[in-house]
Amino acid sequence: MGSVDIFGRLTIDSLPFYSLIAASGAGVTVLGGLSVVGVITYLGAWRLVLFEWLSSLDHKKIGIMYVMLALVMLVRGFVDAAMMRSQQAIALNSEGYLPPGHFDQVFSSHGTIMIFFMAMPFLSGLVNLIMPQQIGSRDVAFPFMNAVSLWLTTAGAVLVLISLVIGKFSTAGWSGYPPYSGVEFTPGVGVDYWVWAVFISGIGTTMSGINFLVTIVKCRAPGMTMFRLPLFTWTIFVTAILMIFAFPALTVATAMLMLDRTLDMHFFTNGMGGNMMNYINLFWLWGHPEVYILILPAFGVFSEVVAVFSQKRLFGYLSLVLATMAIGLLSFTVWLHHFFTMGSSARVNSFFGTMTTIISVPTGVKVFDWLLTMYRGRIIFKPPMLFTIGFLVTFCIGGLSGVLLALPPIDYMMHNTTFLIAHFHNMIIPGVLFGYLAGYMFWFPKAFGFKLNEKWGTRAFWCWIIGFYVAFMPLYLLGLLGMPRRMEHYEIASWQPHLIVAAFGAFIIMLGMICLGVQLWVSIRDREQALDLTGDPWNGRSLEWATSSPAAPYNFAVLPKVEGLDAWWTMKQTGVAYQRPEKYEDIVMPKNTFVGPVIGGAGFAFGFAMIWWIWWLALLSLAVIACGLIVRASNDNDECVMTASEVKAIEDARFAQLAKAPKNEMADDPGFAGEPMQEPAT
Amino acid sequence: MSSIAAMTVSPREAERYEEKEFGFWLYLMSDAVIFALLFATYLIMVGNTAGGPTPKDVFSLERAAAETALLLLSSTTFGIAAVSLSAGERMKVLLWLAITFLLGAGFIVLEIGEFAGMIAEGARPQRSGFLSSFFTLVGTHGLHVSVGLIWILVMFGQVLFKGLTAPVASRFMRLGLFWHFLDIIWVVIFSVVYLPGLL
Amino acid sequence: METNAGIPIERTMKPYLIGIVLAVILTAIAFGIVATGALPRQTALVVIAALAVVQIFVHLRFFLHIDFKSTPRENLVALAFAVVLICIMVGGSLWIMFDLYHRMMV
Repeated sequence: MGSVDIFGRLTIDSLPFYSLIAASGAGVTVLGGLSVVGVITYLGAWRLVLFEWLSSLDHKKIGIMYVMLALVMLVRGFVDAAMMRSQQAIALNSEGYLPPGHFDQVFSSHGTIMIFFMAMPFLSGLVNLIMPQQIGSRDVAFPFMNAVSLWLTTAGAVLVLISLVIGKFSTAGWSGYPPYSGVEFTPGVGVDYWVWAVFISGIGTTMSGINFLVTIVKCRAPGMTMFRLPLFTWTIFVTAILMIFAFPALTVATAMLMLDRTLDMHFFTNGMGGNMMNYINLFWLWGHPEVYILILPAFGVFSEVVAVFSQKRLFGYLSLVLATMAIGLLSFTVWLHHFFTMGSSARVNSFFGTMTTIISVPTGVKVFDWLLTMYRGRIIFKPPMLFTIGFLVTFCIGGLSGVLLALPPIDYMMHNTTFLIAHFHNMIIPGVLFGYLAGYMFWFPKAFGFKLNEKWGTRAFWCWIIGFYVAFMPLYLLGLLGMPRRMEHYEIASWQPHLIVAAFGAFIIMLGMICLGVQLWVSIRDREQALDLTGDPWNGRSLEWATSSPAAPYNFAVLPKVEGLDAWWTMKQTGVAYQRPEKYEDIVMPKNTFVGPVIGGAGFAFGFAMIWWIWWLALLSLAVIACGLIVRASNDNDECVMTASEVKAIEDARFAQLAKAPKNEMADDPGFAGEPMQEPAT
Repeated sequence: MSSIAAMTVSPREAERYEEKEFGFWLYLMSDAVIFALLFATYLIMVGNTAGGPTPKDVFSLERAAAETALLLLSSTTFGIAAVSLSAGERMKVLLWLAITFLLGAGFIVLEIGEFAGMIAEGARPQRSGFLSSFFTLVGTHGLHVSVGLIWILVMFGQVLFKGLTAPVASRFMRLGLFWHFLDIIWVVIFSVVYLPGLL
Repeated sequence: METNAGIPIERTMKPYLIGIVLAVILTAIAFGIVATGALPRQTALVVIAALAVVQIFVHLRFFLHIDFKSTPRENLVALAFAVVLICIMVGGSLWIMFDLYHRMMV
């Protein structure tokens, strides 16, 4: 194993000076980290960052930090994608510029980052920011555990980022199949980085699932029955159940792989009684529910957006709820379709193939519900709605390719070709990513008090959707032509034109990413012209629009009483919106604490130590985590009181702002349908 | 010291304790899935002895019985501590917590002895897939019990220094859920691992 | 389970005493079957499994105080859901892996 060395197996050779590309990647990462530190120092913002943000237990701030992590990792994951597309465009009968070992790291980190450190934090961020407000709650059920989830996820992301600088990343793909990922065939730190990043962040996600579920079940405002919940919250309810019950499978699979690699056990080895297929079984037991964990919140966003921007009530509420529940349950019955080709009998394959075709039905129901919401609505084509319409068209195409793949005989031909790559990107980009980008643009004013620039949002949308088609439609063709996935170079000339087109598509997507960046820059620069003064910039329907933008720390000074579906809309219609209470009460809020980020940091240190065999550091970090938890669990004084007069001051300022606000922020929009609106009280 | 029945807390605080209990219950459900998958793996790999020791070679009925007795008894003694807590009897809580700790520690000592003995005879987790899955399944349970023992110590300290307050009582009851849950897992362990292995 | 302030109240030792007596009996029978070799192997396995299931119910009822009257509904639903999922996951895994074993000796 390791010698008793203070640095474990970490040596000077672990630094990436063996390759220019690797060194550049490391350089960019280090520079990135240093510039963040530099900017904060330059702005004199350390107090703010440490005491108001890093130590915060406020779900809204935690949500914003999650989304920031996601957006940073989106860029990082996209760089991986651009590298792959450009390599494949030129690598006909040629080495290209990426040697195989490096190319393998690139596709492995691309998938790992996009799923675990872009999509998962993005959804956790949106849920954290919005869901408690939608149910009329002041916070999630367990604010401290919420912070721990954030910081453990960040620990995992930092492990992946640091693998660029110290050591290498895994070459075993984002799924890490043994025996290749075992220590016999891939010794070294790469797979260990992957295992620990995934394991640590997975624990954070399981905790988030518990947190979200308890919040929805137990923290709703009076009158907010389950069947008055907004659709976004319903999708989170089912997503949370999936998180709680699916992540244990990933925990078990990665733990066993870890034991094989670190302690020389034989769960998945090629001999000595190992059973490699068990890894694949366990991994996909998690992996299939995981893709529904990713997509359901996006479906939730689309439900909210389509109703608000069609200026019409969401069609088929009950069918949407039942479809969501059906998807949740069925998602646990299809997992073998990820390994149809790996030796199962016809009976097993046909059972799972049948279940896979069945699971497309509830999603189809949802698509019809969304279309019927739009039908006879008065559509407003703001960016969130553009992403929604783009999703509806493009996701259905991807869904069709999925139904094809659900049939084992077809899958035998298409498995592990670029057809599969095109299929799942056809689900994830228009489905998951468009949903989260729509949510980001939809709820940005709620988070920061000003709207995002719509011109650049529209440009971002067009770049993303055109870029998506140009990048991925060729991959369907290539799959049919027989091109396998993950190819570092190839010898078939007829593939190259398609790959060049695909690379051009990646370029267009890059323009989309730039548009997103410019949008953010311009919006911050011009924020005074785009202030959201009422808290309800889109004439929304659910309770998060009842709070100010940004919301007060306690969200609602007085918890709302919910009378029906579309609670906020009903309040506006019946004239009880923006009511000023006669008196305010004290509100109890959780105190900030550094124990959360300390546990995250210790989690990172533990992972790093286990990877590099620095045993003293591993023990020390475990001790720090244990102490942190015990200290926290012995602290009966973890809340502070916001006095009624402090609350009143905040609320008075809000009502003063409302007095300056237009009656209805949407009233000037050419698409506004002119629904009678509640006048904000002065 | 007040009994739980006599405690008064704000409705908000009471809601918080209910939320924590439900949240902890959900954690136990996720833990149940982890153990279920470890059991499934064990069943899949129990025959993968790679020419090495088989279950019959390494399991001992007497030792399994002793471990079972200790753990089962400790669940009961914890229950007695819980009854004492509800009645507000602090010294009894400390006494029965201590007894529970000793019984649990005894279980761990026996289990470490079992593992050490197996390893000394060459039945190491590195010997075969069967042994890897055995050590991981039973070892994960043992790790949980060990964490439970640490929790019992922390609880002992809190009862000693803070008394039987509402937050302490709430944590105590969650520890009870954890401890009884581990006993249930042990029932499955001896029914799936030790007894069939010795048949 | 009776509660106050959101915390469960354990009034008597009765459930624990009943619980341990039942658990000891069920455990003794299971161990006895193995110690004496009284039953053929297949039957013994089924009986031991059945005894385990019964004992789990005993633990749930007498140590964890789960019943249909006083346990919050969400806890019961979570438990039921966990049981269903465990059956699907474990059952499915065993079916897949033993099917693979028969076809591929894996």
